[in-house]
Amino acid sequence: MAQLIYQNSTRASWAEDYSFLNNDIENREGLALKKSYLKVSDLNLYINKTHILKNVNLEIPDKKITCIIGPSGCGKSTLLKTFNRLIDDTEGIKYDGSIWVDGLNIFDPKTEITEIRKKMGLLSQRPCPLPMSIYDNIAFGCKMHGEHNRKKLNQIVEEQLKAVGLWGEVKDRLKAPASKLSIGQQQRLCLARGLAVEPEFILADEATSALDPISSKHIEELFVELKNDYAIILVTHTLRQALRIADHVIFMYLGEVIESGAADVVFNNPKHDLTKKYLEGAFS
Amino acid sequence: MPLQGLGVVMGNRIIKNKIAGGIMFTMTVASILLVILIGLGLYLKSVPIFQHYSFWHLISSTEWKPGSGKFGFLPFIAGTLWITFIAVVLALPIALLTALFLTEYSKSYVKKWVFTALDILAGIPSVVYGVWGILFVVPWISEKLAPHFVEYSTGYTVLAGGIVLGVMILPLMISLFVEIFSAVPREYRDASLALGATKWQTSKYVILRKTFPGILAALILAVSRAFGETIAVLMVCGNLPLLPHSLFDACYPLPALIANNYGEMLSVPLYESALMLAAFLLFIVVFIFNASSRAVIYRIEKRFR
Repeated sequence: MAQLIYQNSTRASWAEDYSFLNNDIENREGLALKKSYLKVSDLNLYINKTHILKNVNLEIPDKKITCIIGPSGCGKSTLLKTFNRLIDDTEGIKYDGSIWVDGLNIFDPKTEITEIRKKMGLLSQRPCPLPMSIYDNIAFGCKMHGEHNRKKLNQIVEEQLKAVGLWGEVKDRLKAPASKLSIGQQQRLCLARGLAVEPEFILADEATSALDPISSKHIEELFVELKNDYAIILVTHTLRQALRIADHVIFMYLGEVIESGAADVVFNNPKHDLTKKYLEGAFS
Repeated sequence: MPLQGLGVVMGNRIIKNKIAGGIMFTMTVASILLVILIGLGLYLKSVPIFQHYSFWHLISSTEWKPGSGKFGFLPFIAGTLWITFIAVVLALPIALLTALFLTEYSKSYVKKWVFTALDILAGIPSVVYGVWGILFVVPWISEKLAPHFVEYSTGYTVLAGGIVLGVMILPLMISLFVEIFSAVPREYRDASLALGATKWQTSKYVILRKTFPGILAALILAVSRAFGETIAVLMVCGNLPLLPHSLFDACYPLPALIANNYGEMLSVPLYESALMLAAFLLFIVVFIFNASSRAVIYRIEKRFR
């Protein structure tokens, strides 16, 4: 009997609806009912002939926190940036395979990439407020998608700032430059900015690694709250963070997905030797 | 033993450090002093003319007849400002869009290719630009463009000077802008693109906004250079000491005045002093322009960050 290293009381009992997370085609029917659905099949990615992602196959469950873990340089962040094709701007990039988001292949030239990106809020490692006011930061995405109604924008800004618990702190200085906020506040602002365009997924690339422990805890709590409405994909270096909040875990090593599955299963009973070693802290 | 040795080495290092710092400080002071000395020298040389006319009279009068002792600098000042203004108006949008294309849109091999071309463009001697202006720009203006607007124009005009000067400052402007845009961290682009903004929206609302103070600073540098550009402009602008009333009139910028007449003014009283004043005026124009735009940048930066 493996020792239980992982226990998370806040997690909902979701194991029953987890059955769709396998790759057989027969069960695909049920997936049409899911609101947010992301599936990667046979993804290979090369940068200047270097094979970065090797034959990646995985699915991301809706309304769960999925943590992608693994040692540095194993392709976690690259994978995350491939989901919304931000990786496209990298010099010498080449990929094959497919990523399906809500039934659309994002590599299909007919797919409108801005619509795919709109579905995925991105939270980067260091908070990156745009060079404008707090208000405009939140309204930016909506404006870019053609929403200019002042009343509606006001409402969206208030709503999203409340959703990340920032409203009370900034409601008197919405016109102040966003860069004046503390770094923790900035990260929450960035989260709110992403939420304002009504995404289905939240992609977080080590979103707490540049923050102090308290701000970082704040963000983690937000994730746990937000997973009721969004599918959250979190790349993390901190195993303890994954232990705390992950529902689903993907372990990557040297560009390959070694193991993926429910957090309980992967953490308590890893099938693969590499996963075991990593969890024991043999390499990181 | 080793500790003692260490002490000696440290002493040497500190002395060297101090000497290096001292030399660098002296150099810095020297280069600033040089600016002051040039300004002072020009002023002292132009003092004789101030004994006959007031400064205000000199820069506001339009009559230039050195033979009869009439020195009005307004046409020259106006010519300089006009040509520089036209050059910037023409070059700025082209430079901005080119730089945005190179940093935001183009592949790296395109970038390499374009930079090579720009370097060549920047390396062409001024006089070649002048010849190009005489061969192509001047006839084009007099034959094709001017007939739509005025009865007759030789083509040696404010506009020709502006176009040639604009082309000349273009490579400098583009490379400055590219440098500024490349300095924007990738995170800003990612943040905007990830929200579903297009590249153009990102360039317009994030990149340009973020770099606005930098763009102004680059502009100042380019304009300061444009003010002093002499040969090419002199070859195409007509060199008539009259106040230009339209783009199709000839003009006579300050640097051209100095270059054309220095050395031939010995017999005319006060002429040398007048030319020194021309140089001094150019100095003042560049100085005022620089100082005021720095002030603008400072205020903008304070508001943005």
